[in-house]
Amino acid sequence: MTLEIAPTTPASVPVLLDEHGRTPRGLWGVTVTFFRRQPVGSIGLILVLIFGLAGIFADWIAPYNPTSNDFAAMTEAPSWAHWLGTDQLGRDLMSRILFGARTAFIVGMTSALVGGLSGLVIGVASAYFGGQLDLWLQRVLDIVMAFPLIIMALAVVSIFGTGVQNVIIAITIPLIPRCARIVRSSALAIREVPYVDAARALGYGHSRIIMRHMVPNVMGPFLVIITAFVGQAILAEAALSYLGLGVQEPVPAWGLMLQGGAEEYASTAPWIAIFPGLAIMLTVFGINLFGDSLRDVLDPKLRER
Amino acid sequence: MYRYIISRILLVFPTLIGAAALVFLLMRLVPGDICLVRLGSGGTSFTQQALATCHAEIGIDRPWILQFLDFIWGMARLDFGKSMWSGKPVIMEIATRFPISLEVAVMATIIAVVIAIPLGTISALKQNTWVDLLVRTFSIAGLATPAFWLGIVSILIVLDVTQALFGHPWMPPIDYVPLWQDPIRNLSIVMLPALTIGYRYAAVSMRMTRSAMLEVLREDYIRTARAKGLVRRLIINRHALKNALLPVVTVIGIEFAFLLGGLVVTEQVFNLNGIGRLMVLSVQNQDYTLTQALVMVVVTIAVLSNLVVDLLYAWLDPRIRLA
Repeated sequence: MTLEIAPTTPASVPVLLDEHGRTPRGLWGVTVTFFRRQPVGSIGLILVLIFGLAGIFADWIAPYNPTSNDFAAMTEAPSWAHWLGTDQLGRDLMSRILFGARTAFIVGMTSALVGGLSGLVIGVASAYFGGQLDLWLQRVLDIVMAFPLIIMALAVVSIFGTGVQNVIIAITIPLIPRCARIVRSSALAIREVPYVDAARALGYGHSRIIMRHMVPNVMGPFLVIITAFVGQAILAEAALSYLGLGVQEPVPAWGLMLQGGAEEYASTAPWIAIFPGLAIMLTVFGINLFGDSLRDVLDPKLRER
Repeated sequence: MYRYIISRILLVFPTLIGAAALVFLLMRLVPGDICLVRLGSGGTSFTQQALATCHAEIGIDRPWILQFLDFIWGMARLDFGKSMWSGKPVIMEIATRFPISLEVAVMATIIAVVIAIPLGTISALKQNTWVDLLVRTFSIAGLATPAFWLGIVSILIVLDVTQALFGHPWMPPIDYVPLWQDPIRNLSIVMLPALTIGYRYAAVSMRMTRSAMLEVLREDYIRTARAKGLVRRLIINRHALKNALLPVVTVIGIEFAFLLGGLVVTEQVFNLNGIGRLMVLSVQNQDYTLTQALVMVVVTIAVLSNLVVDLLYAWLDPRIRLA
């Protein structure tokens, strides 16, 4: 039995009101209200869902096997047989893009979630406990953040080697301090609030105060960060694969499709270079649009405008 | 303010040493013996003596702390050892390739600033109009476009356009000449890569300019200036822009460091012989001394550019200057 001291409504609870000022009820209500109030973000969400579902159901949707060569049909232009054309080994581009979506989302979401959650733990702990722990953690985070993302990812790949697992590790590591920084600055604002002080005075344990008060308050910026991270992770994975240091053949990946052959055939078979990059761009574009509108919904300061 | 400057400059050294420690640790996490990997790869056999020589050259037979102190001391003297792949001193490999990367980076920064600040300002002034929507779409697209794809597509476009206009396709020349030797040739090599990287850089700066201007335009002193009857252009130039530029300068400075990451892929696309391409080659060839040195160079540039931004911020913001 516990006594609640003060309402624990976080400052940055999502406030999505419909045009009559009512709070929508249920998942369907929230979705419909979001689509009405944030049309641009909804377009982003739809783009992300298209590519995400394409990746999940690629086995059933893809017309061809993404790794089967067909030397009778090399560098064919888009046609009814091959909607997006074929590459220099006769592989169907549409199928490779569908399966590439799977790789992109697996790498992107895993890196973003693991990096984000680790950053959340470090950031909140650093803000809550303060003192020497905070000081030293901030110095360490400063040092790791001094490495640009690709450079850090390259360094990790040079040690552990290539492949999907190592790419995920390579992208997760630079994301952790970036998340921790932002979470920490949100959490610092909560630490001095009266009801947290009162909770401490009543003898509530650290974990209770952190889970009940601090974490809900940083959820807003945290969710926005995670969406931004998914986009950055997808771009980073594409860049690493393009350099030949990421996902390796025969796993289909958008970055891999742009490697090597795409430049050679660029003038004679431009579809090899254009479509994979377009897929990357549309996916990250959708993620960015959705993330922006999520921030508009969750940021109390912007709400008054 | 001088205390702030001195303490901020002094902070650079522990950060660099910490970064060096991290790089040092990372490079020693390579599973197995580096020398075995190097000598044994390719299936060639090697003698025990060759192994011992390799160990002595790299110095991995000594305690870690001595190796680290050697590394730091070498960094201070700009001596990073020899490249495991080419045998030449690492500092020479880097020095020959540094000018072209620097030129691309500087040109990309100029392009980004020239595009971002006017467009961001216009977007803020005409908020929620179609101009604003266009600029915002342009900048979000810039954040979403992979730099290497943009590079490939821009080469394609240049090939097609020159084919249509002049009858034969034109590709940028491959061999690099310094700017003062042959400016036209130099610019024709550097312009496309600079535009490719500059686009993303401009996108980030555009968004920051827009949100900073929006914040400033809502301030009371802007409303006062408008009430006084000041011409709109004067309000923007004399009051709004100066205040809005503070966070923009910060973002431009911070993003400069990440521009170096963008160089890595762009140099690969355009076949430029810069430090980005060198980094990729050193990772592909498992040249750990070179990788180590390159990462330290990039991190040093990043730390120094953050320092410049902080000092510039202190100078531009009178509240800090007069404190």
